[in-house]
Amino acid sequence: MTPHFLVHNKTDTVGVVVVEGIKAGQRLTGWMMDGDETIALRAVDAIPLGHKIALRNIKKDETVLKYGHDVGRTVAAIAKGQHVHVHNMKTKRW
Amino acid sequence: MAKRQSHGSRRAVPTFFGYRREKGNVGIRNHVIILPLDDLSNAAAEAVANNIKGALAIPHPYGRLQFGADLELHFRTLIGTGSNPNVAAAVVIGIEPGWTKRVVDGIAKTGKPVEGFSIEGNGDIATIAAASRRAKDFLQWASEKQREECALNELYISVKCGESDTTSGLGSCPTVGNLIDKVDAMGATTCFGETSEITGAEQVCASRAATPEVAKKFLATWNAYNDFINENKTNDLSESQPTKGNIAGGLTTIEEKAFGNLAKIGHKAKYIDVLEPAVAPTKGPGLYFMDTSSAAAECVTLQAASGAVVHLFPTGQGNIIGNPIEPVIKLTANPRTARTMSEHIDLDVSGILRREMNLNQAGNALIDIMLRTCNGRLTAAESLGHREFVLTKLYRSA
Repeated sequence: MTPHFLVHNKTDTVGVVVVEGIKAGQRLTGWMMDGDETIALRAVDAIPLGHKIALRNIKKDETVLKYGHDVGRTVAAIAKGQHVHVHNMKTKRW
Repeated sequence: MAKRQSHGSRRAVPTFFGYRREKGNVGIRNHVIILPLDDLSNAAAEAVANNIKGALAIPHPYGRLQFGADLELHFRTLIGTGSNPNVAAAVVIGIEPGWTKRVVDGIAKTGKPVEGFSIEGNGDIATIAAASRRAKDFLQWASEKQREECALNELYISVKCGESDTTSGLGSCPTVGNLIDKVDAMGATTCFGETSEITGAEQVCASRAATPEVAKKFLATWNAYNDFINENKTNDLSESQPTKGNIAGGLTTIEEKAFGNLAKIGHKAKYIDVLEPAVAPTKGPGLYFMDTSSAAAECVTLQAASGAVVHLFPTGQGNIIGNPIEPVIKLTANPRTARTMSEHIDLDVSGILRREMNLNQAGNALIDIMLRTCNGRLTAAESLGHREFVLTKLYRSA
């Protein structure tokens, strides 16, 4: 079936929603591209197409992993299934 | 599609019909350009292009009182634009004859027809009349040029993405990367840039250099750009890099954007040199990194000035850029952009996100649309008249 979200790498702490109209509370199916696995997750927030979803609980000031790499830090605690974006994550550069 | 054997390999290299220029390099378009040296000469250049149907004026805002490295880059970009194999012949118009002649002499080294005209002492009207007569001669001469069979490995291909979102890193940039790995193995010449947009992935990018010397050169280039940003920034660059559009598309940080960006160079190809802006590659076939801004038109203008003849441009939220002389092929993996901005998209790879298409299939589809474009198919950006020609200016004029 068509996945709701995609994950680049097994070590990633965030995935990307790839369909429109994901609502809070919706049960999602994800495709872990690294290893070609199917995973399940419940969305806590409504999440737009292209935006990130937390794959596990992430503490404040924790490194966010995507592509298996450090892509920034959290500036608030984030629960599994929540929307991850500029309101709770920032660059470590600049 | 037609194929022929490449040198030293049993692999069949696809062919297309292109224009072989005087020194043997291959173009895919046959433009006669009217190139102003400076802002003051734009009106005359546009008048000539209006008189001579089919000639292409390339107006821009600079060329006066520049000095040092900034002036050298100005000359290099204009000379490179006129020298690009997609250009059959060039008319150069400047306010005065000295700098005009520098550009004419630079383009003349390619062996293609080029002539300069200057306005001081003549006025616009006499200049336009004389330049129009020459442009007409060039256009009729160019119109008799025939396309001939050329191999894919004779292409110089540039890549740069824009208005990226997370679908760029998932689908459209890896599709370009798949193409790069395939054409690199065939012996094509390719170029990526966007120095600032590798920030966060700079060590991974350094590991993709062919030799430790090239990696060192890359890191020195990246560090210089990063220092420049740190010296001039007033915030964390959010809404500039990543752009407001990137953020709307779900990209949060420069690091996240950088890893998606870098997916354009695939997994196997190693870059063999680091080029200054608008400098032509000279180390033979292979992948090159060029020091450029990450703004779409600035980067593509520099790559075209280095001789690239076809550009692959992944977009997420829908960047609509074109270039006057280098066809820009757009691809997107964002299903909403493919639906709402379809007139700008040459290849829809959103099937990757639905698991309907794998990267190998997407890469092959991109090679196919690239070869069709090389054969003469107009890109979406060409059809819509996108001719963004944006010179990189390093600092204020004197």
